Order: sequence, then C-alpha cells, then structure tokens
Amino acid sequence: MGRTSSTKEDAGALFHSLRSAYAATPVNLKIIDLYVGFAIFTALIQVVYMAMVGSFPFNSFLSGVLSCVGTAVLAGKSNFLSPLFAKDLPPERAFADFVLCNLVLHLVIMNFLG
Amino acid sequence: MARRLAGFLVLLLVVSICEAAFLFQPISDSHRSAALELFTPDHGSFKSLEETYEALRTFQILGIEKKPDLTATACRSISETVGSSSSTAKDLFYALKANSIAECKIDKKASKGIISRLNAAVSGASSLLDFYYSVGGLVLIKDQSSEADVHLADAEGVFRSVKAFSQSDGRWRYSSSNPESSAFAAGIALETLAGIVSLASSEIDQSLISTLKNDIIKLFDSIEKYDDGALYFDDKLVDGHEYQGPLSTTSSVLRGLTAFAAVTAENLNLPGDTMLGLAKFFLGICVPGDAKDFFNQIDSLACLESNRVSIPLILSFPSTVLSLTRKDSLKVGVSTVLGSEVPSLTVKLVGAFSSGSKDASLVESQELNFDKASGLHILNDLPKSIDVGSYTFVFEVVLHEPEHEEVYFMGSQTKVPISVTGLIKVENSEIAVLDSDLGSIESQKKLDLAGKNAISLSANHLQKLRLSFQLTTPHGRSFKPHQAFLKLRHESKVEHIFVVGNSGKQFEIVLNFLGLVEKFFYLSGKYDMELTIGDAAMENSLLVAIGHIELDLPEAPEKAPRPPPQPVDPYSRYGPKAEITHIFRAPEKRPPQELSLAFLGLTILPLLGFLIGLLRLGVNLKNFPTKPVPATFAVLFHVGIGAVLLLYVFFWVKLDLFQTLKLLGFLGVFLVFVGHRILSHLAAASAKLKSA
Repeated sequence: MGRTSSTKEDAGALFHSLRSAYAATPVNLKIIDLYVGFAIFTALIQVVYMAMVGSFPFNSFLSGVLSCVGTAVLAGKSNFLSPLFAKDLPPERAFADFVLCNLVLHLVIMNFLG
Repeated sequence: MARRLAGFLVLLLVVSICEAAFLFQPISDSHRSAALELFTPDHGSFKSLEETYEALRTFQILGIEKKPDLTATACRSISETVGSSSSTAKDLFYALKANSIAECKIDKKASKGIISRLNAAVSGASSLLDFYYSVGGLVLIKDQSSEADVHLADAEGVFRSVKAFSQSDGRWRYSSSNPESSAFAAGIALETLAGIVSLASSEIDQSLISTLKNDIIKLFDSIEKYDDGALYFDDKLVDGHEYQGPLSTTSSVLRGLTAFAAVTAENLNLPGDTMLGLAKFFLGICVPGDAKDFFNQIDSLACLESNRVSIPLILSFPSTVLSLTRKDSLKVGVSTVLGSEVPSLTVKLVGAFSSGSKDASLVESQELNFDKASGLHILNDLPKSIDVGSYTFVFEVVLHEPEHEEVYFMGSQTKVPISVTGLIKVENSEIAVLDSDLGSIESQKKLDLAGKNAISLSANHLQKLRLSFQLTTPHGRSFKPHQAFLKLRHESKVEHIFVVGNSGKQFEIVLNFLGLVEKFFYLSGKYDMELTIGDAAMENSLLVAIGHIELDLPEAPEKAPRPPPQPVDPYSRYGPKAEITHIFRAPEKRPPQELSLAFLGLTILPLLGFLIGLLRLGVNLKNFPTKPVPATFAVLFHVGIGAVLLLYVFFWVKLDLFQTLKLLGFLGVFLVFVGHRILSHLAAASAKLKSA
C-alpha cells in the first residue's frame, strides 16, 4: 500500500518537474513543439477518417498523412539542431533549410495527391 | 460496266470450253463476240494508229461488219498523219497499214510526199526497225495508190544492209550497236526483206535469196515444242524491255515466213508438221484476254490460212462424250484454222484403244460418212466392241486430190479421247443374313435397287450379312464401277463404310459381325443400310437406302474404345456464340458527402489550435525589420513563399508537372535570393545583439 502510493507520489512529482522544466524552455522551441504537435494531430484526424470510410483513393490518403508527418519531421530536425549545434549553424540558416525542404516536400505531395 | 461483265462471262465460258488438251477448235462466234468486247475504242477512236490497224485487221479477218464511225475516225487520223510533215516513218507505216483496210482516199500530192519521205527514211535508216517501217510503208503505198510509181533506190544495197544484222543461229539483231538478238527481230527482218524483194525483185541477186532460205531453216531449228504438238518460238529473257513473249515472237516469225514465201518461188524445205504445230499453238490459246494478244493470234491464223508453205487442217469434235442410250453417233469436223471450207477429203477411223491399255485396236479401220448438210463426217453406228468406258480414237485424213497434198497439211494421225456412257443393268440383287458356322441362310430378301426398299432384318454378332448384285453393260459385258459402297449408320449417327468387291459381273460383300464387333464400338441397335454405285460412264448411278438391320452386339468391355462424338449439326459450330457480358469493376463505395465535409472541418481544427497556442505563447512580430530595404526584402520573402504555395495549389488544380517546375524554377531563384538577403540581415542583426 505504501509502495504504490509512493509510486503514485513519485509519478506526480515527476510530472510536476517536467512541467516546470518545460516552462523554462525558450519560446522558439515551444513554437516548434507546438507546430509539430499540430502536424501530428492533423495526421491523426486523417487516419481516423480513413479508418471510417475505407482507403479508396489510397494515394490521396498517403500524401495527406505523409505531408503532415514530413513537415513534423522537418520541424523536429530544426528543433533538434538549434540548441546543440547553435554555435555552428545559425538559426536563420536552419530556418532557411526548413523552408526549402518543406517546399520540396509539398511539391512532391501535391504531385502525389492526384 | 455491264457490257464488260458480259464480255468477261463470255470469255470465262469460252475458257471453260477450251479445257481439252488435245482438241483444238477452229475460230468460231465466241471469238467474234470476244473481239467486239476487246477492241472497243475509247471515245470513238483508238489511242494510236497501231491499235486502229490491229482492230480493223481483226474485224476484217473475223468477218465482223465494219462500223462506219470507226472507219470515219480511222480515216481522219490517217489523213492527219499522212498530211503532217512531222510524222515519222513508223507513223506513216501504221497509217498506211490501217488504210489498206479502211480504204480512205489519199490524194496524189500527199502520196507523192509520202513516197519521197519514205525513200529518204530508207536511205537514212540505220537500225532494223527503221528499215522495216520505211520499206513496209513503200510496199503499202505501192498497193494503195495506182498512179504513183514506187521505186526503191539501190534495192540490193538495202537488202544487204538488212541482211548484215543477221546472226549465224538464224536470229537477227536490232542494230549494229545492240548485240542482243531475237527471233522476234528475225520475223521483222524477214518481212522487210520480203518487202524489198516485192518492190524490186529483178534487181536482187537470186543467190542472196537462197542464202536467206538457209537462215530461215536455221531459225526454225530453234523452235520449241509442247507435249500436245504445239510449236512456238521464244526468246531468252535478257532484258525486260525488249522481251516480247512467245505469242508475239511466234506471230512475228510466222508473218515474216509467210511474207517471204509469198514473194519467192523457191520451195522452203520446212518439215510438214511445222505449220500444223504453229496452228496448234495459236489455237491452243483459245480466246486471249488482251487486245494485242488477240490481234497476234488472229493475224497469225490468217497467215496460216492462206500461205504458200502449207495450210494446216484441223479436226474438231462437237462432242467427245457419246451416249449408248441416246444412240449418239461420232461426228468429226475438218476445217482450216479460221473455220473455212476444205477440199474434199475422207476421214478414217483407224483404231480405238481402251484408255490405259496397250492392247490391239478394238475396231477395224473404217471410213466416216460425209454429211453435206452439216459439213461433218459421221460414224453412224458405234461398233459393238465399243462399250461403256473411256477410249482413245485414232483418226486419219485422206485428201481426194493428190495436188492438194502440196498445199494442205494434215498430220499423220490424230489421237482423241472419247468417253462412252450408257445405262448399267443392276440385276439379281439380294440381301441375306447367314448363320456364321453353317452358312445356312436365316433370312433372305430380294432387293429392287432401282426402286424403293424398306427391308427390315435382324442379326446378332454370331451371324453374317451378305449383299450381292450383278452389273452388266448395255452390250452384256461385266462392269466395274469407280464406287461400290455399303454404308451402315447407327441411330447415334456413327457410320461405317464398306467397299463391295466383285468377281466378273457378280458383286458381293459379306459382313462377318463377329469380327466387326469392335469396329462397331459394341453399339447395338438399329442400323440404316445404304448402297452407292457410281461411275463417270454410268448414266444411272445410284444411292439407295436399302432398309435397316437390328444388330444385337455384346456389351462393351471396360477398355473398349468409345465411338467418336458425332456433331449434332455439322454447321452448328458456325452459329452464333454465347454473348459475353462485360462485368466492369464495381466503383468503390464513396462516403457520404456530409461526412467528408465534417472531417474537412475537423482537419482545420488543429491549425486553429496551433494559432491559438502561438498567441498564448506570446508570439510577436517585433523582430520584423523596420528599415525600408530589409523590410521590403522581408515582405518579398513572405510573398515569395506565399506565391510558391499558390503555385502548388494551381498545380493540383490545373497545371502539369513540367509547367509547375518551370514556374517553380523562376520563383525558387527569386526566393533564394530574397531569402538569403533577409536572413543574412537578420543573422547579422542578432550577431550584433549577441556581441553587444
């Protein structure tokens, strides 16, 4: 009884510490986190829709889901890069990279959309 | 179009008649109607004087009435050619040839002009054809105009010039520069030389004419032969342009030969059957389909009809199939190649041989009676030794006046295939079922093979079926037909055919069912019987249903062969087949439109969530450059990104990949340039901030 409660307390303490640590992260990274979350959520909604109505235009489904996932990945890449390699790569460079890769991704997605 | 079709049908009919290999028909009305079909002028006149002449000459020989409008147009073109000063010797030649038949008047002045022009052509001639046209023209104008005096200057010189083209094998060349020689050219040369002799016979040395005789003999050594006795000339095919074909070549040689024979008193020692062989060649063509071939054939036959070498006579038969039932008599006609009358002669039947047998003749030599009314020689009663079957009859022709033998030629013997048909008596026909071992008759019925039969028999596999009958010819001899079959057909349409053998007159077949059980596939039941007796010489060939027999055969063992499947209706495989309905892939079920629109809205939700989140985070645009230059770049950067996204939308809606990529290229370059500027500006600004 005591052990479970301690576990629960530990879990609660862990959760709180995460929250406070997160609040301390810079706003830039929070924006990027929010963007990734938005992209993943859009992908999830598309998957739910496909589960409901069947995968008939499968290429459209794939392109939709992959565009969301792709852009999330690119954003995550920029996110990952900036604090660790900030000295080598300026954030503007990372942003330009992000924009360019996104444009290429979206061209491919639009072609595949059909 | 209808006339042409009718003419074609006439030709087809005549060609089908002319199938007999050894029989040659003289010229008849079928030729005349074919001539009228072939020689139809285009819009009233022929293409050239040569064709006009050919048409007129053909009509003249066949005795077809001259059409006045044809003669009128011919006269017009003749006078045109004659009057024109630019006509060549060839044109004049054909104009005069046509005029010899059309008989248009040529005035004195024109004839004088022609003569002078032709004389000039003779002196200026260098090739064989030049000599041919000019000398030929002079010969023609001499016949046609009575006043003018036609004189050939230096006849012997011209003769020698033409003779110079000859070769040792009897053929002639066309000119001294052309080494090719042909028999066709030889014919032309002979005609030319005959023309020279007729124009100035006193001036030419007789020895020259004698050497020409030798040339002719050498030329005739190269004659070729068909199996049926036809003789012809053919040149080797060296150059396609010059090659004339056997018909043209042979008729050219014949024209030359007869022209030469007409002007010389000497005897050309050609073998007697040469002219007959040539006649067989021309008659064997029947009715040619081409106007030029037709002219060549008819003109050559006219040369053969009246020439000084020898006139061939041919035998013709109205019918080569004689029926004993109708008591047909054998009729033979003798005529010249154009169908004209012949001097009195007798036709003798010297022998008759059964086809394919080398035995002695079945008849003795006898003469045929000449019937003045029909002009045919008739053998009234066929000898009793000639029964139903096919034979080869051998005929000989004997002329009554001995001097005619110099003029006419009739081959030594003519062999003709004759078929004799008759009614075959079918007698003593009976059918019986026998017991196998003892041979005793169980049931026997008489058949009437001429009438209807409905015999009903039954047998089991231990018994035999015997069918017998006798065949007798009208003269009482035994007869073996080509077909004597007995057919048994089961109810399930399975058929079996047996050949009925014979010994002498008696035909008999015995079917031993014990041995035939396996062949019949162990099928018991009712079998229909059918007898076929047939032959080409039998006028009453028969195919009769005799009746039926109930066969009781044992059960089929396991491994017995099955009967072959019988087609229900042999033509059913040609009927319409089952209709194929094409099943298309069913289209996918689409979701209802409302659901789709609802989810469209749902997808927008995360975007809104993102924007709200951004606001909550305290996003601001403070870092947006205020100075004008960087500001424009910043604006342009965002505009550029927006433009690319808009381009993507257009790409999805309307554009194709290549157009998109092209535009993307321009926008991309622009964007990279602008983006670089603004971002480097921002980077510099933040670096300044960091260092500061």
